[in-house]
Amino acid sequence: MKLRRSMLFLPGANAAMLSTAFVFKPDSIMFDLEDAVSLREKDAARILVFHALQMPIYRESGMETVVRINPLSSPFGMEDLEAVVRAGVDVVRLPKTDTAEDVHQLEAEVERIERACGREVGSTKLMAAIESASGVVNAVSIAMASKRLIGIALAAFDYVMDMQTQRGDGSELYYARCAVLHAARYAKIDAFDAVFSDVNDDAGFLKEVDLIKRLGFNGKSLINPRQIELLHNAFAPTDEEVDYSRRVVAAALDGEKQGLGVISLNGKMIDAPIIEHARVVLRRAAASGTRK
Amino acid sequence: MKIVREALAGTLESSDLMVRIAPRDAGLEIVLQSEVIHQFGAQIEAVARETLEKLGIDAAQVIIEDKGALDCVIRARLQTVVRRAADEWTADWSVLA
Repeated sequence: MKLRRSMLFLPGANAAMLSTAFVFKPDSIMFDLEDAVSLREKDAARILVFHALQMPIYRESGMETVVRINPLSSPFGMEDLEAVVRAGVDVVRLPKTDTAEDVHQLEAEVERIERACGREVGSTKLMAAIESASGVVNAVSIAMASKRLIGIALAAFDYVMDMQTQRGDGSELYYARCAVLHAARYAKIDAFDAVFSDVNDDAGFLKEVDLIKRLGFNGKSLINPRQIELLHNAFAPTDEEVDYSRRVVAAALDGEKQGLGVISLNGKMIDAPIIEHARVVLRRAAASGTRK
Repeated sequence: MKIVREALAGTLESSDLMVRIAPRDAGLEIVLQSEVIHQFGAQIEAVARETLEKLGIDAAQVIIEDKGALDCVIRARLQTVVRRAADEWTADWSVLA
């Protein structure tokens, strides 16, 4: 089971962070060439990330590498793409995705670069970040735009600006979160929530994590390594959930042997969605361990 | 490619290096300062020379202040400074790898 709970942002121009961030073991590590890099350091960050992607520690760690490139319409986006596809990045994250056409354009360029450098066509995966009202309204067509898409992500800062509001208690993101999530589930890809920017507010972070987990998000973008363990623990099933899931699966197998159409556990009916959910919990526990 | 102007790349933060480059009539002059010069000085200079050679730079003054950077960071900073100081940037990504 591929877990994508934590996606840690790293500023692409920061050599120290790029050299050491693997020790934090997020599920995905995201080198940022866009907003975290000043205009005068775009060239330096691109070359640094090009080399970091080829470090054996990232290639062999099993950690998924993601690069947020600059928009293809900017003076930097195309060169970013050339660098990271050639360096073997796992996933290219496209910022400010407003329409499916943005994804089509990215996909065409990625395929051209793969052919030019001899990389297997289709091996570079994509992620689209939705950061505007247009992106949210077009979320379904964006999510369906390419077989290379592994997920779509909500990016909140630009979105709330576009909506003429600001970050607050989360109500300002409610529609966008639900729209992005439904689009992702419809397209059978992953959904990622926005960053929680106050790194000193663990309680607020965990409250938001609880909300997005219950909504159904796969994970969240993070800006501080300290948030990784909190997030992973919150996403891990409890011992009680694992114990109950084991009993559900055992009861289902038993019922199957006996040819029963309907089975019950402790007097409660167990149907197919409950059995499938129990299997998901067991797979997640096997991949992540249980909550501490 | 030819170095035609002075340029700077990198930082003095830990695990990074700062590289300054300037035009020179002939030959490479590399000045290296590093807290780990006794253990890694020769290796840092070798990485620098190899990186410049692959870019076709055979005349420049290069001053490196190393703060314990990995080899790949040294390559990245040197490639960046050459890109900023060269008359034209003709290297493709296969040369930088």
